[in-house]
Amino acid sequence: MAGFKKKASREMPEMNTSSLPDLIFTILFFFMMVTTMREVTLKVKFTTPAGTELEKLEKKSVVSFIYVGPPTDNLRAQMGSSTRIQLNDRYAEAREVMDFVAAERQGMTNQAEQVISIKADRGTQMGYITDIKEVLRKSWALRINYSASQRK
Amino acid sequence: MARKKKKMPGLNTSSTADISFMLLIFFLITTSMDTDKGLARRLPKPPEPDQEDATMDIKSRNILFVRINAAGQLWIKDEMSSGFGDIRELRQRAKDFVKNEQNLSKWPEKHVKNIDLLGQCFVTDKHVISVQTDRGTPYDMYFQVQNELVAAYNELRNEISKQKFGREYQYLRDEEKAAIRQYYPQNISEAEPKKYGGDQ
Repeated sequence: MAGFKKKASREMPEMNTSSLPDLIFTILFFFMMVTTMREVTLKVKFTTPAGTELEKLEKKSVVSFIYVGPPTDNLRAQMGSSTRIQLNDRYAEAREVMDFVAAERQGMTNQAEQVISIKADRGTQMGYITDIKEVLRKSWALRINYSASQRK
Repeated sequence: MARKKKKMPGLNTSSTADISFMLLIFFLITTSMDTDKGLARRLPKPPEPDQEDATMDIKSRNILFVRINAAGQLWIKDEMSSGFGDIRELRQRAKDFVKNEQNLSKWPEKHVKNIDLLGQCFVTDKHVISVQTDRGTPYDMYFQVQNELVAAYNELRNEISKQKFGREYQYLRDEEKAAIRQYYPQNISEAEPKKYGGDQ
């Protein structure tokens, strides 16, 4: 009979995936915007204190970080567990901060706006911080920032 | 005979998604999301080599001492009172001290100052809050003290901004902010840490 063709086993039409790349690109761009490149591998462990009166670090290009805290777990065996200062990728003494500041300042366009962010562990003794601050003062890096997390 | 126009076959783009996925994963791994926040402070200028002992002549009524010992205890001292204090009362203490609402003789002296936009004001801009730490003071305690002091100033500035301009400090124009900053300047001094209490 002409009207009754046996229904051929119809294939499921494939989903159109031509817009999938666009979708992924959008996510990609989102992440590129909101994240920052991880600059150094951390060799010290720290939990920053919590505060309420915090300000955002606006210009990333003028910020340099100084990390203070005990060595990370996998380095503890060699380095012990006393507080260390990390500049760039290595442990340093407080007096080396001066060279670090100068080196960081070299690459900046507006050097007067240089900000040093101190990321220190809560349990650090103030002696370490004071030493760093003294050296920072001597190297005319007067704008500092105590890194912290927001407390509700 | 005119050739029939051939249709250009479309480029196979099915792997574009894979490529962009790989890019995405690369960025996810190499970047971090944490926004950096912190308490912004300004260090004093380095001392001149020929400068003598940096003890300025500050009347004792103008100074509020906040000392933090190696055990993380606070010692708050001004002309009015002195004694161990709690971190929770430091903010109010600092506010009362800087404000000196009743013009008490044991709190910072007030004098008339002409400020742009605000006119003649009765301010305590000679006050100093001196934070002293020991080498063994825990950093967290020091940070909390700094945080409370900044909070005290922020609250004072907000109060006066609302009173004078009807808005909170953060919503003011730059010149209005400058005027408020002249009204309540942040004078937090950090002298060389001294050794007292606790051997570290």
